[in-house]
Amino acid sequence: MSHRGRQRLARVLREPLLGPLAALVIAVVVFSSISGTFLTPFNLSLILQQSVVVGILAVGQTLIILTSGIDLSIGSVAVLGTIVMAQASGAQGPFVALVATFGVCVLLGALNGGLVTVLRLPPFIVTLGTFTAIQAATRLLAGSQTYQVPEGSALTFLGTTFRVLGFTTTYGVAVMILVYLVVGYALSQTAWGTHVYAVGGSIQASRLSGIKAGRTLFSVYVVTGVIAAIAAWAALGRIPNADPNAYQNANLETITAVVIGGTSLFGGRGGVVGTLIGTLIVGVLRNGLTQAGVDSLYQNIATGILVILAVTVDQFARRRSL
Amino acid sequence: MSTSTAFIWPTSPRLRAGSLLLAGGLLLGLAGCGSSGEGGGASSGASDSDIKIGLITKTDSNPFFVKLREAAQAEADASGAELIALAGAFDGDNEGQVAAIENLVSQGVQGILITPNSSTGILSAIKQARDNNVVVIALDTATDPEDAVDATFATDNTAAGVSQGKWVKGALGDAVPQVIMLDGTPGGTVDTFRHDGFLEGFGITDDSPEIVGQENTNGDQTKAQTAMENLIQRAPGVNALYTINEPAAAGAYEAIDSAGLTDQVVIGSIDGSCTGVQNVKDGVIDATVMQFPAKMAEEGVKAVVAFAGDGTKPSGFNDTGSQLITDQPVDGLESEDTEWGADNCWG
Repeated sequence: MSHRGRQRLARVLREPLLGPLAALVIAVVVFSSISGTFLTPFNLSLILQQSVVVGILAVGQTLIILTSGIDLSIGSVAVLGTIVMAQASGAQGPFVALVATFGVCVLLGALNGGLVTVLRLPPFIVTLGTFTAIQAATRLLAGSQTYQVPEGSALTFLGTTFRVLGFTTTYGVAVMILVYLVVGYALSQTAWGTHVYAVGGSIQASRLSGIKAGRTLFSVYVVTGVIAAIAAWAALGRIPNADPNAYQNANLETITAVVIGGTSLFGGRGGVVGTLIGTLIVGVLRNGLTQAGVDSLYQNIATGILVILAVTVDQFARRRSL
Repeated sequence: MSTSTAFIWPTSPRLRAGSLLLAGGLLLGLAGCGSSGEGGGASSGASDSDIKIGLITKTDSNPFFVKLREAAQAEADASGAELIALAGAFDGDNEGQVAAIENLVSQGVQGILITPNSSTGILSAIKQARDNNVVVIALDTATDPEDAVDATFATDNTAAGVSQGKWVKGALGDAVPQVIMLDGTPGGTVDTFRHDGFLEGFGITDDSPEIVGQENTNGDQTKAQTAMENLIQRAPGVNALYTINEPAAAGAYEAIDSAGLTDQVVIGSIDGSCTGVQNVKDGVIDATVMQFPAKMAEEGVKAVVAFAGDGTKPSGFNDTGSQLITDQPVDGLESEDTEWGADNCWG
């Protein structure tokens, strides 16, 4: 194996995946033994379908957290996307609607990126501001109404099912996995990915080593805009109803998935594989605890404890590696 | 390779073992207490309690839904059924409610009781549940269309509005009415029914000159206070007030009190929470119309138990009733006083 290849392998392995993976396996084993209805193809497919929207958004959140940022606006961008899509499809047809949605979401990603890179404002504050404003703008645009999208149109395509290996699932699930594969490849196999990790590790050091840090950061926010648009499309596939009040917690849910997946909130360490596992852990917990007859408030307590556990592990890891 | 494997899990073995144990213990503990809490063993389902019922409220945060949940739990315990209580995370959390429906169906419940967050957003999930021979009952809030569910157990909100309107009109006596309407959210079905019911009971329409102001409050106390403060500036002669719920009434009272108009304005409301009834007793609200969430939950659970027993499905809209509560009865209108209200309130 070449030196570069070994370095890449080391970087993949450095993702602290073992903990999240073990937690996922334990959860699946425990729930399978408690409930006879948990480990069925139907139910596993259900967990995947329920994870699609947050799972896709969590890829964008991973990118931004890898640059030691955070994106509180990610869910609100996607919700605005669903409203734009539903409104534009009524007047202009589904193709224009999709183009408009991607345009709006990318613009908002670029707005976040511009404020973070050009004005050098902290991402937390920037996206807190855009989150608040976008949420209000969405309600203004929608007139606080919900829009039903006719099922069977291109807008709900990602909700249609297909069979693969005796397993029925939706195109939305396939798209989610595709997003993980593409971004995972870009992070581990391209110069851009190396730059993202470098900028997140230390922006000064990355500048000194000749990386155009501002450009890299900006690109991450734009890519996150694209991902939000994909999530908006998947959301209408899942529930054919564009609701300005939907997904209010998506920002926090994506952060939860990223953190449980072992990506460090301090940047530069982690990756999308962990985030996928983190997303699935949350989905498995919610589904499995329901199967076990546990009420939703207790489910939230479980998720909260897992988040703190994951951050504790990350803190120890960070102290040891310093 | 040996250098890279050290990076897989860059912490001490002790910490690794500890965190895994914690995670595992947490899962086992929660799962264990969940199933034993419902009175029975944990081994793969259906052995202890044959009837499983899912309850999905809009959120976990509103005392109305807490009452609904407690009453459903009590009724389920009484009939030996297992109740799983789930909720959306916030008003408008369609994804959370859809996932809850799916998980309950996958788990094999016989019936689902739901207070839908959106009258339309969760219809396809409800249809899937019914296609899987699960009886679905809407509590408190109807779906649109109403027959998307098997049956609805809810307050007849038009009737509740009529009660409020009749009483406010009666309490005004001979005074020339100047009415302000503090609505909830525009377009909501509950809002429309209560609003129209009030007008019907009062004997006016939206275009009547008696209406001197209208504002949306989202049923929120702070927003209602601001709205009322602004409306009083425009219509200082106001003497009758419709409110969508008791928090809105309490907020409006603050504004009316600050303006020194408490003796001039008759305040009507709807809900019947214990806070609201206390407000009626204290003279903050003049009259309220009580709803009965416990009854919705009890009848819902009973209907599912009946379905599990002999397959009979409930149907249609079932009014769980409403009751005018006031210490200032008006001739010809049946009402209960705040003492009765305090014994029967929720929250």
